[in-house]
Amino acid sequence: MKQTNEQIHSFHQQYIASRKKEKRLIRFFQLAIFVSFFSLWEVASRQHWVDPLLFSSPSAIWDLFVQKLADNSLVTHTFITLLETLLGFIIGTVAGACFGALLWWFPRLAKTLDPYLVVFNAMPKVALGPILIVALGPGFTSIIAMGVIISVIVTTIVVYSAFQEVDANYLKVLKTFGATRYQCFKEAVLPSSFPTIISTLKVNVGLSWVGVITGEFLVSKLGLGYMIIYGFQVFNFSLVLMSLLVIALLSTVMYQAVSIIEKKLMKHR
Amino acid sequence: MGFLVVDRVSHTYFTEKTAVTALENISFTVEKGEFVSFLGPSGCGKTTLLSIIAALIKPTKGTVFVEGKTLDCARASAGYMLQQDYLFPWKTIEENILLGLKIMGTLTETTKKRALDLLDYIGLKGVETHYPSQLSGGMRQRAALVRTLATNPKMLLLDEPFSALDHQTKLKLEELVWQTLKDYEKTALLVTHDIGEAIAMSDRIFLFSTKPGKIVRTFIVPDELRRLSPFAARQHPQFSALFQSIWKELDQLETNK
Repeated sequence: MKQTNEQIHSFHQQYIASRKKEKRLIRFFQLAIFVSFFSLWEVASRQHWVDPLLFSSPSAIWDLFVQKLADNSLVTHTFITLLETLLGFIIGTVAGACFGALLWWFPRLAKTLDPYLVVFNAMPKVALGPILIVALGPGFTSIIAMGVIISVIVTTIVVYSAFQEVDANYLKVLKTFGATRYQCFKEAVLPSSFPTIISTLKVNVGLSWVGVITGEFLVSKLGLGYMIIYGFQVFNFSLVLMSLLVIALLSTVMYQAVSIIEKKLMKHR
Repeated sequence: MGFLVVDRVSHTYFTEKTAVTALENISFTVEKGEFVSFLGPSGCGKTTLLSIIAALIKPTKGTVFVEGKTLDCARASAGYMLQQDYLFPWKTIEENILLGLKIMGTLTETTKKRALDLLDYIGLKGVETHYPSQLSGGMRQRAALVRTLATNPKMLLLDEPFSALDHQTKLKLEELVWQTLKDYEKTALLVTHDIGEAIAMSDRIFLFSTKPGKIVRTFIVPDELRRLSPFAARQHPQFSALFQSIWKELDQLETNK
């Protein structure tokens, strides 16, 4: 018996070792892709395999990054974009969830508004950009409005359908205790829709970035979107690519933050 | 007048295309502390009847009286147990069993202690901080029973509460529910399609026909079986005699259709 236990233990060790090896291998390939992409880019640019004026090079981008960091302009632009995105994300998600709740609460309202929601959802929201700028002025407010408008309708629709899909038997349990509509919402509808709400958060991270960057393209005053459009106009593609990389980094960080929140909330499901 | 009086109740479900009568002219009386079963094939409106008694739906015709009062006044006088436990997965067992008290606004130190004592009685001490996903199917259904009993309902409506469990757990739980209901002197109505379960647990059995649901026969379970717990009743010679006669009756219902 003791021998078999030892055997199982050694098999287990082998299993753990093989899993670790697998993980290291994956990490190695991920790193290899990263390193070879940037080195190939650098080499291709220096050897003029690609036009360095259009495609820049990692070293040129890095130099520009250090320079822009030193004169503080990068920090200002990044800060303003990040603020706009966070506000657009939060307002869009919260307002969407509230609208979803409102539709659940008043079924007749939901039925009435259904065709309008379909139209708004199908419409490319960025096309409203010029109208927003005219209405709210070319600045901070209309850019945030872009971030909000792009995510709010889809959030409303997804959250509302999650509320509707709650297992009717949970509501039955509550109703046998004589629960009011508000109690049903608080005890069953809202908590059971949390997974869906979290997954819309993840989608909204991406959407609010789209909204804000497009807004900055149109307003062209401040922010990373402005740096991209300015770089494009003066043919400084190092600036365009640098802004892109900063955006990629920040949106990844935001996405990861949402993932961490998700893990915390989903502990017991 | 009996504890529960169901007086000429009919119910029809309407859709835009159809009107389906689920129950037709149901009348019966249940005494306090009695255990009554509704037996019949699926689709005979048994669950509809329980929902009406639980005041979840209003019958198209007829009235239900609990202790002489119509249902509107005696709201939430019944505890309802479903086929599955439907414990809320995001709440701990303690939060789950206190849910009814919380909803009804009667959560006090006394009622809380009573609910926790009930959890202890039913053999689930020590799982208060667990989540439902950490419990087995039988334990979850027991916790659901505690949740139902915690509000001290006047009667218990059991809608096939054992049908989702494996046979052994089901037998054990039948025993436990039966004993609990006798100890706390609760009136109970059980919906089932299991003849054996109906005989083992109840004092009276109403046999339902389907489409529309009607009471076709009433079986009175003999005293010898009533006194025995469900498990012991299953071993008694009278059990198989009653089983046979109910079986024949059900069989006839099927062929006469």
